[in-house]
Amino acid sequence: MSDADRTRDLAARVAAACAARAPLLLRGGGSKMFHGRDIAGTPLDMSDHRGILHYEPAELVLTARAGTPLREIEAALAAHGQMLGFEPPCFGGPATLGGAIASGLAGPRRPYAGAPRDFVLGVRIVNGRGEVLRFGGEVIKNVAGFDVSRLMAGALGTLGVLLDVSLRVVPRPQTEVTLRRDCTVAEANTILAELGRQPSPISASCHDGAVLTLRLSGGPAAVAATRRALGGTPVADGASFWNALRDHALPFFLQAGTLWRLSLPPRAAALDLPGQWLIEWGGALRWLDSAAEGATIRAAAAAAGGHATLFRGGDRGGEVFHPLAPAVLTLHQRLKQAFDPAGILNPGRMYAEL
Amino acid sequence: MRTHPSECVVHDIDRDRLIRELGAVLPAHAILFEPEDTRPYECDGLSAYRRLPWLVVLPDSVAQVCEVMRICAAHGVPLVPRGAGTGLSGGALPLENGVLLSLARLNRILAIDPLARTARVEPGVRNLAISEAAAAHGLYYAPDPSSQIACSIGGNVAENAGGVHCLKYGLTVHNVLKLTVLTIDGTVIEIGGDGFDAPGYDLLALTTGSEGLLGVVIEVTVRLLPLPETARLLLASFASITDAAAAVGAVIAAGIIPAGLEMMDRLAIRAAEDFVHAGYPLDCAAILLCELDGARADVDEQFARLTEIFRAERATELRIARDDAERLRFWQGRKSAFPAVGRLAPDYYCMDGTIPRHRLGHVLDRIAALSDEYGLPVANVFHAGDGNLHPLILYDANKPGELARTEEFGARILEYSVEVGGTITGEHGVGVEKIDQMCAQFTPEELAQFHAVKAAFDPRGLLNPGKAVPTLPRCAEFGAVHVHRGQVPHGASAHPGIERF
Repeated sequence: MSDADRTRDLAARVAAACAARAPLLLRGGGSKMFHGRDIAGTPLDMSDHRGILHYEPAELVLTARAGTPLREIEAALAAHGQMLGFEPPCFGGPATLGGAIASGLAGPRRPYAGAPRDFVLGVRIVNGRGEVLRFGGEVIKNVAGFDVSRLMAGALGTLGVLLDVSLRVVPRPQTEVTLRRDCTVAEANTILAELGRQPSPISASCHDGAVLTLRLSGGPAAVAATRRALGGTPVADGASFWNALRDHALPFFLQAGTLWRLSLPPRAAALDLPGQWLIEWGGALRWLDSAAEGATIRAAAAAAGGHATLFRGGDRGGEVFHPLAPAVLTLHQRLKQAFDPAGILNPGRMYAEL
Repeated sequence: MRTHPSECVVHDIDRDRLIRELGAVLPAHAILFEPEDTRPYECDGLSAYRRLPWLVVLPDSVAQVCEVMRICAAHGVPLVPRGAGTGLSGGALPLENGVLLSLARLNRILAIDPLARTARVEPGVRNLAISEAAAAHGLYYAPDPSSQIACSIGGNVAENAGGVHCLKYGLTVHNVLKLTVLTIDGTVIEIGGDGFDAPGYDLLALTTGSEGLLGVVIEVTVRLLPLPETARLLLASFASITDAAAAVGAVIAAGIIPAGLEMMDRLAIRAAEDFVHAGYPLDCAAILLCELDGARADVDEQFARLTEIFRAERATELRIARDDAERLRFWQGRKSAFPAVGRLAPDYYCMDGTIPRHRLGHVLDRIAALSDEYGLPVANVFHAGDGNLHPLILYDANKPGELARTEEFGARILEYSVEVGGTITGEHGVGVEKIDQMCAQFTPEELAQFHAVKAAFDPRGLLNPGKAVPTLPRCAEFGAVHVHRGQVPHGASAHPGIERF
């Protein structure tokens, strides 16, 4: 498929949907259609609005249309020794830039590098009235106006249709090694806490109940020093492991029945819930394969200071994301109204009320 | 100071009655209304704009803040939140008929968790006080705006403050984990969380940098970082600004992200050297100050590459800070650049545009041409790594017409920054200062979207009206043309003793 600017057509379709109050279902590559609540609507296909618009390696900035495949962007960056810092998951599908930002999902590097919102510098969107608007820009420092660009990250397309996104990109680490050692969750926590106390090159962690896998990224000297201190066995093809973790291609995910995503304070104690666990992000992201009641899981996550998402399986028409406090939900409804007064952009994808 | 009629919040409550009502919830010393008491609050760090506050309140507990907001909201009285008052865009400029809500007395550090590496603090805590308290645990708070010795964390959140280290460590928005915010309808909401994300929209990002228009921050949880093992500074001189700009690009393209990367031009170098004797070379057109930090072995390795890059990029001289004393002295010159330049002329006006870095050469040529056109000298200091420019226009407010020429000159620099794909403000905020230039950067539809966001939080527009986002009538009237602003001189600061970057 060749690069094309579909701005006018997309804006016209949103304007028409607004006039008809007819819901639209935004779709990029379709790799994350499982994410969020099941909703109906006329598909708004973004995948032919594509192409890298501007990439300046020495500026660490890339701007591309939302339908551009992540693979294309990652290849362009790799050619200059750069990458997307948030390691966006593709889940084995033809994921696009727009979906990566709208989902707000980040891979194993998240705690050490940042989430999609941390890298967004600017966006061009179509709001729910069909107006084409630009916020932010291509510069790292920009405080003119409210930060609508970052608000779009993780909004699941419910506030605007992403047209173009400008991102800060980062240099690839000079060295990257993956280490593995057998240990309990408690031992893993001790190791991770110790690593966090000093500047350390850790860039990913995963504990599956029996084995801790760690990735170190950075300058050769610091990586070598930390590696010596940690011990463990080097993993030959570390990149494949982390990609499989990011894309949920590990056996844990493939075999999961109902998959919950618990986002917790990193040092929260182990939760007393039935099921299988896989722990990432130094303890802050805990995947749970469990048939337990949603209310039980949510209550446990909330008691630990975090939140729980029904990530895959279960009742996709019910509540998928963690319920918001009433005052916060009201604010969300008013924001939705501010961007999409007719309620046509992915209505209900995040919460039934939005 | 021009306030557009469309920005005025009209109410009819008598001040004495409001004082009586506030007196029921605040001690008498926390309510100021006599001119001699309110005078210190007439401006923030941008003292060009001054207005005597109608009423100042200084609550010292969250409960008191809630009560003040409840009473003001009940009467439709507008509020201006204020932190330490070090802002450089007039964001805390008081109102003629509103309450200035100082949060300076909410200055307790509530908790530092060395294992989670977080600090939970009240909004009036000074930026530097967080790092000082965290130092006992080998930790620090990374964003370091120039005024960090005095500015408050609440103000940092309101402005999304940056600083020298933000190229590597991010802005305030990247370093805040959780906020407790009081909305104008009296609701306390928690935004963000103790994990790495929170359900729903990213209100943390939206609130950060909202210049006090969406809510009042009453508690902040920030992320702390381990103190780096070592820091090394290299000072490189160049025969032209273009060479220096190319060297900056080469460093970044080589995959090195310095902890700080600052540029000064000839006039700024000379002023700084005369002022603090930092040991800068005087026979060059520009210098770069480049600091690397991290693990010693990596810093040493990168430092060697950095030296090679600067040589290849035609640096005329390289000076490596031999020890921490020399490193700090080199920084001292940069940090003193504003007051140093201030000695060259009776007044100076500091701009804050950001541009894509590869346009630096064009923009500097343009600034030089405008400098000739207006007959006003300009000294340039930049956060070179991220393209944030601080041109300092030198002028004399006592010369008839010179202030107006300065303001027009400044407006043209900002508009040119937008033209080349940049922004009118990188880190100082819009406030009242750059509100007209917002009309140049955004379309009416975009501004209307901002107002819709504002209305979602504050439908009656009681929080900090007339700041940050211009009304459409203002843009229709002022925005399309260059206008001369108020008649008060720029440059003199409410915090003259503070180092400015």
